[in-house]
Amino acid sequence: MFEKTLSELSQALHAKKISSVELTQAYLDRIERLGEQSNSFITVTVEQALVQARAADQRIAAGEAGPLTGIPLAHKDIFCTDGVRTSCASRMLDNFIAPYDATVVERLAAAGMVMLGKTNMDEFAMGSSNETSYYGPVRNPWDPERVPGGSSGGSAAAVAARLTPAATGTDTGGSIRQPAALCGITGLKPTYGRVSRYGMIAFASSLDQAGPMTRSAEDAALLLQAMAGFDPRDSTSIDRPVPDYRASLEHSLAGLKIGLPREYFDQGLDAATAAVIEAALDQYRRLGAETVDISLPNSGLSVPAYYVIAPSECSSNLSRYDGVRFGYRCEAPRDLEDLYKRSRGEGFGAEVKRRIMVGTYALSAGYYDAYYIKAQKIRQLISADFRRAFEQVDVIMGPATPSTAFRLGEKTDDPVSMYLSDIYTIAVNLAGLPGMSIPAGFVDGLPVGLQLIGGYFQEARLLNVAHQYQQVTDWHRRAPGEA
Amino acid sequence: MTGKQSARGFIDMQWEVVIGLEIHAQLACKSKIFSGASTAYGALPNTQACAVDLGLPGVLPVLNRQAVVMAAKFGLAVGATVARRSVFARKNYFYPDLPKGYQISQYELPIVEHGSLEIELEDGGSKTIGITRAHLEEDAGKSLHEDFHGMTGIDLNRAGTPLLEIVSEPDMRSAREAVAYMKKIHALVRYLEICDGNMQEGSFRCDANVSVRPKGESAFGTRTEIKNLNSFRFVERAIEYEVERQIHLIESGGEVVQETRLYDADKGETRSMRSKEEAMDYRYFPDPDLLPLELDEAFIESVRQTLPELPDAKKARFMSEFGLSAYDAGVLTASRELADYYETVVATVGGEPKLCANWVMGELLGAVNKAGLELPQCPVNAHQLGGLILRIVDNTISGKIAKAVFEAMWAGEGEADAIIEAKGLKQVTDSAAIEKIIDQVLADNPRQLEQYRAGKDKLFGFFVGQVMKATQGKANPQQVNQILRQKLQG
Repeated sequence: MFEKTLSELSQALHAKKISSVELTQAYLDRIERLGEQSNSFITVTVEQALVQARAADQRIAAGEAGPLTGIPLAHKDIFCTDGVRTSCASRMLDNFIAPYDATVVERLAAAGMVMLGKTNMDEFAMGSSNETSYYGPVRNPWDPERVPGGSSGGSAAAVAARLTPAATGTDTGGSIRQPAALCGITGLKPTYGRVSRYGMIAFASSLDQAGPMTRSAEDAALLLQAMAGFDPRDSTSIDRPVPDYRASLEHSLAGLKIGLPREYFDQGLDAATAAVIEAALDQYRRLGAETVDISLPNSGLSVPAYYVIAPSECSSNLSRYDGVRFGYRCEAPRDLEDLYKRSRGEGFGAEVKRRIMVGTYALSAGYYDAYYIKAQKIRQLISADFRRAFEQVDVIMGPATPSTAFRLGEKTDDPVSMYLSDIYTIAVNLAGLPGMSIPAGFVDGLPVGLQLIGGYFQEARLLNVAHQYQQVTDWHRRAPGEA
Repeated sequence: MTGKQSARGFIDMQWEVVIGLEIHAQLACKSKIFSGASTAYGALPNTQACAVDLGLPGVLPVLNRQAVVMAAKFGLAVGATVARRSVFARKNYFYPDLPKGYQISQYELPIVEHGSLEIELEDGGSKTIGITRAHLEEDAGKSLHEDFHGMTGIDLNRAGTPLLEIVSEPDMRSAREAVAYMKKIHALVRYLEICDGNMQEGSFRCDANVSVRPKGESAFGTRTEIKNLNSFRFVERAIEYEVERQIHLIESGGEVVQETRLYDADKGETRSMRSKEEAMDYRYFPDPDLLPLELDEAFIESVRQTLPELPDAKKARFMSEFGLSAYDAGVLTASRELADYYETVVATVGGEPKLCANWVMGELLGAVNKAGLELPQCPVNAHQLGGLILRIVDNTISGKIAKAVFEAMWAGEGEADAIIEAKGLKQVTDSAAIEKIIDQVLADNPRQLEQYRAGKDKLFGFFVGQVMKATQGKANPQQVNQILRQKLQG
């Protein structure tokens, strides 16, 4: 049962082979039994899940169910959930219970999905290893000594460990794709504006985007279908019809032009990982696709530009955590300044503080032009690189990460080396494009992710390209052993 | 302003005052600029602050279209450019009544730029004041320092209230000019119905940038900014105090420090709040939660269509159409309500614009001011006043009786006709009847008659008064004059 895809579960539910309550209970039991191994959940919402499951069973019985009704899922703990703690994996919000649902949560609940709980993550989504969480690191189900990636590490590990059939994630610089790659699952970051950000706690507003984290492209299509769409509460969401993502899954890839950016295959890429990616590309050639060498000449500037823009926005976005209205407040503040300093000093972890300081500096008078404005110009150049590329090719492919999952603690003392683990994913956020990571093989028993990048609003194309690959490979079906 | 006439004994230097104003006009939108919460004034603390206003995690701003329309209206009314593209920016600072830790404002690209306004000077001339820009922004909440036993209470009802900040060029040269400009903007925003102008509730307030320089000098002196002036009188007094302070400082060998100052209305002085060195670095940057605001030609044109007749145009029309003096036209167009009131009176009477103007400016405004009311609360509406004036025009009553009728109307005794009827105030216009009364008056006052005929002309008024007394003021004054003159001559 834990190996079933979303559509298989949907069929079983509709055929009354299993009830949503039974399915939900099975997953809750599994989380109870195995959850601690990966530490992938911050909160498990047992009672609420069963209430939702019973309601889903009634909908199914009444013939009012959709394709996702009754299927459990987990939300990254960055999405506000009415009445349930939303911590963002920070001490700052350890006591925060949102009085409303994020649009993503609302939409998936409306589709009849059952929330199992809230998954672990890097604090305020700042990290690439899930080691910055106030609730402790998440462990990679393929090797508990290794990181699951981040920041959506809990979601990726939970899906990989079969603790949930699917999860939501968010991706600011690779936070869906990088953990999906390191945990061997399928993750999609949609075009900026495709999914509402309302109720999704902001890290870097111009880059943040929510997306599905699943075991297959077909599952991602189903989940995205319910998540995507215009939201009048988010001014940056785009009012554009949502296509039927499943309708084009079976399209042939004959004649598909795949661009291979030479910058993604340089010396920074681990040789064994490169071999896995090459093999995947061969598979695509066998499916009728053609590969074309391309260049994204400004790729090398994406990490530095990102580490100006994202911290700048975060320094402002996180100003609201001041100990005044909600969240952590220090003990017995002497005065207002003391309240601010200690509440923020004690409430935030080291990486969050580092980024707030970097961003505050970059936005300061006298530095703004040299950093923030320059980074915005680089952002334009990076977008232009992609625009030119998509004049030649249909999709771009490359590795999602430079190597497989690294060891816990390996990069915690070296922020720059940690930042470079997102080197292949960050440019996609800067350009606002959709990107995916799909399982493409293993190196020493650890998963390797193939990254797919599409033009604006080409999610259907990416899902089609990923799905066709998954029809002729079984990497995405491999499960980590239950250690 | 000069330094020499002051009692301090300085004689030499002639000073020029330079003033620029930043006016904050609260836009008359029903809901907040970035949320659906109500903007109504006076609710219980923190009952009109929704999740967006509280800056809860995950919430996002959505721009209120009405605020954009209002800002565009203002821009068009002052002949400014309404930007096809403007950008919202975050102004970052920490304060307990600023929930997000930043205020959403407009910085590099405001919605309105390069406008101007004419003000009238005391010598009868006029002067153009440049309007650098006007931008949309959200208001902060309120910090309440009283009633909390040494602690501070925060009321976030005002947080997110839409504001239009109107920034002038440093074109004003005296406190009086600054007040004239502020009054002109005040009248304009009320004409446009984009701000209720209520200064007590803080809907209309300003910061004044003040500096002085030797006459003839082209470079500006160091300026200070006086914050949060919420009455015309405070603006005038604060600027005057600040000018004196700066001149005194320089003349006694000191230097003006660039700083923000607060006006203490009780003490009538300004005092330092923070200096430039302590000034905050607001780290402005474009708000990534809001797309640039793009307005097309059609939108701007549609707003232009809704512009009412503006004060200057209305004043000119009142002068040409109604033959009013510049002064009368100026008074009657000072607010849109008053101008509308006046025009309704004229329409009801069907003419007599000067008589109507005298009544509106005299009896009506006198009574309104005496009662401390605003025009909309006035108990005599324009149709009622017109009905009264009609009875003067058609000789039913005299002007003097009309004043009594007006008082009765003000007291709520009904329409003019009903009061005239009930009190029997209808004018006596029957010549024979008037003649009879005059004969009686002359017969009753033989001594005065003798004196008059001996050349004491002034006694004519005495006889008129006696006739009026005998008729309780109801005799037609023209007829009384005419018949009396004949009789006295006879």
